[in-house]
Amino acid sequence: MNRLFSSRLLPLLATALVLLVLFGAAGAHYEHFFSARVVLNLFKDRAFLGVIAIGMTFVILSGGIDLSVGSVMACSTVLLASLIMERGWPVPLAMAATLVLGAAFGGAQGWIIHRYGIPAFLVTLAGMFLARGTAFILSSRSLEIRHAFYAKNSAWGLPLGEGLTFTLGPMVFVSVLAVAMVVAHGTRFGRNVYAIGGSESSAALMGLPVGGTRIAVYALCGGGAALGGILSTLALGSGDPTRGMGLELDAIAAAVIGGTVLTGGRGWMVGTFLGVLILGTIKTILDFEGSLDPAWLRLASGGLLLGFILMQKVIAIRSRET
Amino acid sequence: MSGILQLHGIEKRFGDFAALRGVSLELRAGEIHALMGENGAGKSTLIKVITGVHAATAGTMELEGRAIRPGSPREAERAGISTVYQEVNLLPNLSLAENITMGRQAMWGPFIRHGEGRRRARAALARLGVEVDVARPLGACPVAVQQMAAIARALEQRARVLILDEPTSSLDAREVAELFGVLRRLRDEGMGILFVSHFLDQIYALSDRITVLRDGGYVGTWEAAALPRLELVSHMIGKPVAAAEACAAKEEASAGPRRGAVVEVAELERKGVAGPFSFALEAGGATGLAGLLGSGRTEVARMLFGIDPATSGSVRVDGRVVSLTSPRAAMAAGFAFCSEDRKVEGILPSLSVRENIVLALQASRGALRRLPRAEQEALADTFIKALHIKTRGPETPMGALSGGNQQKCLLARWMAVQPRLLILDEPTRGIDIGAKGEIEALCAELRRGGLAILFISAELEEVVRNCSRVVVLRDRQQAEVLEGGAISLRQIMETVAAA
Ligand SMILES: Nc1ncnc2c1ncn2[C@@H]1O[C@H](COP(=O)(O)OP(=O)(O)OP(=O)(O)O)[C@@H](O)[C@H]1O
Ligand SMILES: [Mg+2]
Repeated sequence: MNRLFSSRLLPLLATALVLLVLFGAAGAHYEHFFSARVVLNLFKDRAFLGVIAIGMTFVILSGGIDLSVGSVMACSTVLLASLIMERGWPVPLAMAATLVLGAAFGGAQGWIIHRYGIPAFLVTLAGMFLARGTAFILSSRSLEIRHAFYAKNSAWGLPLGEGLTFTLGPMVFVSVLAVAMVVAHGTRFGRNVYAIGGSESSAALMGLPVGGTRIAVYALCGGGAALGGILSTLALGSGDPTRGMGLELDAIAAAVIGGTVLTGGRGWMVGTFLGVLILGTIKTILDFEGSLDPAWLRLASGGLLLGFILMQKVIAIRSRET
Repeated sequence: MSGILQLHGIEKRFGDFAALRGVSLELRAGEIHALMGENGAGKSTLIKVITGVHAATAGTMELEGRAIRPGSPREAERAGISTVYQEVNLLPNLSLAENITMGRQAMWGPFIRHGEGRRRARAALARLGVEVDVARPLGACPVAVQQMAAIARALEQRARVLILDEPTSSLDAREVAELFGVLRRLRDEGMGILFVSHFLDQIYALSDRITVLRDGGYVGTWEAAALPRLELVSHMIGKPVAAAEACAAKEEASAGPRRGAVVEVAELERKGVAGPFSFALEAGGATGLAGLLGSGRTEVARMLFGIDPATSGSVRVDGRVVSLTSPRAAMAAGFAFCSEDRKVEGILPSLSVRENIVLALQASRGALRRLPRAEQEALADTFIKALHIKTRGPETPMGALSGGNQQKCLLARWMAVQPRLLILDEPTRGIDIGAKGEIEALCAELRRGGLAILFISAELEEVVRNCSRVVVLRDRQQAEVLEGGAISLRQIMETVAAA
């Protein structure tokens, strides 16, 4: 029991607590907030952010950052739409191609970061512009996807009764989360990611494969962004070059609120999951409020983020003392 | 006996600077081979060439008769060369168990068997006589435990060749004995062990043969039994035996003029951590803290410097109570602290030697009153000369200096602020025998100028030699205070060991 409350897990517990308090307060305040529909919607709305945030968490754990995910996601939606609608590719093939390209784009960024020792911030900043530009070249407007596959699958899901379904998006999100947790905690690759984030030079001296791991992490994040793009086309039925503006920042915020430390080496996949849900809950509360000024969403997220960063700092200082 | 690892004419240049000039060495199976040399002689560089961290500019290597040229530590490890580097190079964010098994975890398909890893780590540490909770993050462990973990990691891998670069620098006598026992066993099982240390006693206690490097060049290899100490030192410094004699001669503790207590520590305690402690530090005097590892030596220093402030008790400077709640407050009270953990709290590898030396002085002046460049340069020059810091110049980045020379820069940094009280935690760790004498002499000079020194060292001889008062610690408490003639190795040992 003592272990549980040791300072290492404290940020995670704090995140869970904030989520509970937010949800509880909202439930007490608004009628109908405590309903399966609200929760399901929350999952559905945030599924693609969730998948992207998980990829981002890997990158941050390795001591890096990926600013390109929002653009890569947008580019993926347009690419997918144009492959299906303009080229007439079969949907599964088009999706697979999108995933592969997303991962390849991420991997290429990782390679440049590793090979030339350029800060990830700069490389992925360039990647952000490149991917966004490519999206606009593929299509300057939103492309609607009218296809039997989409008609059938966008509403498909596990029926939960009362006319509710657990749709594909949330399903993918939860599966990706489960896999990510196992990979991060239980595989050599996952532990190497933590190792590189802890100290790159030590990891190299310990004989760990620094280069390969780093490239794989960015490929994973790029693939995650592409998957997020695919999910968003399923949810919205279109590809749009303007989608996902600033999404990279939401993904970073979700990871940090979930207790992942920006300097790398410390954090949890579950934390990111909770972080995504917190951001989603704030959004839902604002929806309930009706005065839908998105400024409040930003303000609340910003305040929370600041709070969590400060808390991490305090915990870091405390844990040094004991 | 057969040569297991052979080096022929190894050369290594950093730019136009030759760190190694044609070094040849034969490591045999079943021997412990000491690699000796002054700070900056090229020992660590040679090791890093062997393990593929640096690529040799020229020369060849053979492992068990086959030519090798490892391109990374990973390849060297695969080839059967296991290494403990000079600076503890592990991962502070991961547990001790993971640090020890990282990269060689027991697997179940694609999954790591964490339980098995913890068991193996516990066993590896137990072999070295260390009993700790292996689930603890490495960063939360004392430096000695970290060093033991690095050694355990190297031992855990069944290597043919084991290389240890100053593995004992932060271990105390008992741990060193434990380690040596293990090393001797491994040698008898046929492993080839290359060992670097600045402790002559350890070298003679352990090694079969000794190779000496000087200024990157190969001086020679001798049977340890056939090489008298003075001769070894003379080979290292490149001067005749007479000069070596002077160098090795013990510095007499030349107490400066006593001017009464500057700092009085009364009942200082940090609840649940260490204390209470009561002792006085005099101007011109050196007070030593002696005790086993974990006896609270470093904790006292951290309390005095406000890093982990005391929860009760008081500290007076010149009779006035000062509050030591932060390092800033401690610096304002005239305290300076040279930490044992130079990698984390000390050096800034990308800044120049000059910048590293003036850092604390600049900090104490505040950001606005910049130290004039000329003054900075003069300071840097003074200390480079006084401490014989081996660097190409004051503008060389600190990271390019050898471990011992970095340590000297760190000392210079705190000496430069001319504090009232200088706290030295393991100041001579990793420093060669000549420089040790110089540092001790410099301390004596500073004391003549009225400075008080708090001297912490795991080497009891050093404490005895340098201190006019010794506070003996046991179990994180003060056990005894010895003064003047009462200070002896024996007395300290007895107090330390008393149950
Ligand atoms: N990365 C580097 N770049 C430039 N010069 C370097 C680099 N690493 C080491 N040197 C130089 O090579 C020389 C040998 O250094 P090395 O670290 O091998 O010494 P050492 O014998 O291990 O000394 P110590 O006992 O202090 O650890 C030093 O003069 C050092 O300044
Ligand atoms: Mg060295």
